[in-house]
Amino acid sequence: MWWKILTFIAMCWVIVAAFSYPAPQQQIGEASRIFYFHVPQAWVSVLAFLTSMIYSIKYLYKGNLVDDDRARAAGELGLVFCILATITGSIFAKITWHSYWNWDPRETSIFILLLIYGAYFGLRSAIEDPERKAKLAAVYAIFAFITVPFLVFIVPRVMPSLHPSDTIIDESSKEGLSMTTRMIFYPALASFSVLFFWMMDLARKVHTRERQTQEDSLS
Amino acid sequence: MPKNSISLMTKAFAVLKKDMQCEFRTRYALNAIMLFGITTLTVVSFSVGQKNLPAEVHAALFWIIIFFSAMSGLAQVFIREEEAKTSTVLRLTASPTAVYIGKLTFNLFLLFFLELIISPLFILMTDVEVRNILLLATVLALGAIGLAGATTLIAAIISKSGAKGALFSVLSFPILLPLLMGAIKATTVAFSDTGGGFSDVSSELQLLISYGVIMITASLLLFEYVWEE
Amino acid sequence: MYKLEVNNIIKNFASRRVLRKVSFSLQTGDSLAVVGKNGSGKTTLLKVIAGLIRASKGTVAYSGPNGKLSRDELQSSLSYVGPEMTLYDALTAEENLKFFATMRGLAWHLEESDKLLSKMGLNGRGRDKYGAYSSGMKQRLKCAVALLNEPHYLFLDEPTSNLDEDGKQIVGDIIERQKENGILIIATNEQKEYGLAEKLYQLDD
Repeated sequence: MWWKILTFIAMCWVIVAAFSYPAPQQQIGEASRIFYFHVPQAWVSVLAFLTSMIYSIKYLYKGNLVDDDRARAAGELGLVFCILATITGSIFAKITWHSYWNWDPRETSIFILLLIYGAYFGLRSAIEDPERKAKLAAVYAIFAFITVPFLVFIVPRVMPSLHPSDTIIDESSKEGLSMTTRMIFYPALASFSVLFFWMMDLARKVHTRERQTQEDSLS
Repeated sequence: MPKNSISLMTKAFAVLKKDMQCEFRTRYALNAIMLFGITTLTVVSFSVGQKNLPAEVHAALFWIIIFFSAMSGLAQVFIREEEAKTSTVLRLTASPTAVYIGKLTFNLFLLFFLELIISPLFILMTDVEVRNILLLATVLALGAIGLAGATTLIAAIISKSGAKGALFSVLSFPILLPLLMGAIKATTVAFSDTGGGFSDVSSELQLLISYGVIMITASLLLFEYVWEE
Repeated sequence: MYKLEVNNIIKNFASRRVLRKVSFSLQTGDSLAVVGKNGSGKTTLLKVIAGLIRASKGTVAYSGPNGKLSRDELQSSLSYVGPEMTLYDALTAEENLKFFATMRGLAWHLEESDKLLSKMGLNGRGRDKYGAYSSGMKQRLKCAVALLNEPHYLFLDEPTSNLDEDGKQIVGDIIERQKENGILIIATNEQKEYGLAEKLYQLDD
């Protein structure tokens, strides 16, 4: 219970502080505040992919459908966060680079992630038998995850990067994040991550309950 | 009767031979893949054939043709088994690894054949000049290995789902993206006037090699789960 | 001594429960007839036991003289013949036999094909394509493929469908031989076939 309260406090701090505390950035002004929400969203969409893959492996080993419910819940939330990250990133890009979409490496990566999530749920919806659905979806999630290192390697070579490391941060500290930024950014990352696992557990419970209700109705 | 005196590779070869025999007697996959390849090539040639396009565009068009032709035929190896209901006996009698290796090799032959026909026609019909033919051949070979390596497992997955044809490209595309990006980049160098060599694309070639090796290894590990049941 | 233990098998399809807690156990020398109306789940049960479908709940355990059978051991000691399976239409009967013999890990010669084919009453038809066979001949060839590995476990789903009197006789011989040397399960809805096996398992809706 304590961690839920802690997450709540951290979330509140992130929201209030991000809008009030750091000075507006020189080139893009107030829009720089989106950083505190956009980056954690992008992080969670990757974390969700990793989580989904881990539970997929566990499902293939143990054959327990609850692990499939977890993989599915992680995938659904990953898809939501991925869409959010794409939208906020697109707004951010419009303000910084004057165009909603540029095929910058990170934009490309998030887009590919979106495609993978889409394919994952497309596959799930095309199979009826629950055991078969769980198994094939798990294999696909693992298989798709294996391509990530290749993407990390090839995408920046093909797409020239626009993501400057210093657009968000004030001029004085080009080497890294300033103290103020860190005080907001790290809690944001942590609270988004905890929020993800919390939501995932809730979604998992819904899926498991749904499955059990259906099974009970059959007997 | 001597039991289990036959090695895995012999079994895999028997699967390949069986698929070849069925293919030559029906020409199911070969027709799909070649007709698709030639049709798209013709469309490309009509629209951009005589224009002096940059090497990047030619390379991209070339791999788009290969990708979509592959998507039209490579899933047949498994769809045919499921639709003809022959997969049951195969599943009961064969080792999954032998089945995977046999099907992978069959798809690899299909792709090599496709590339063998499409590449010269593409060069003729679009007036692209190949500056480094050895590099192009290497990229084609590595690209085919990566394509077959990644899509054979996906073909097995979709053969057990409801929406077979449509799902195949949806599931394959994100997984093939790194391969296609690397292959297009390397092909660009083979097409470009500046005359690049192997050293200019060594990291792309490394990517293609490691992609093929890793996807095939992963498929060997995962195939059992897809195939069984 | 080979054993088969089926424990509380449940199988749900999307909105229907096909199998409700099926349990039984058999050992070498036992034979079981699974009976029930159309749609009572006979085929599903046989497929679950043969490992072709995963059960929603419950387990199927196989064991031999040296304890639990490994995946490979099980595969090489099990055969199944069902109406929802076919051999390769584009291949001849001989090619089909040779292919599945290779898959079973057997060094295969033409004489063995001839021997098996004549046993099944298909002599002289080995060079014909499976696709050109009549449904009764197809059924005979499917049985021939199932016998390649001299299975300890033999599961026959409606084995006599489409067969003439000679064919029924051949299947009857297969059943008798299996009852001596291994475990046999047949699924059927023909009253007169109930007697082919020693035990009876009734599936109800």
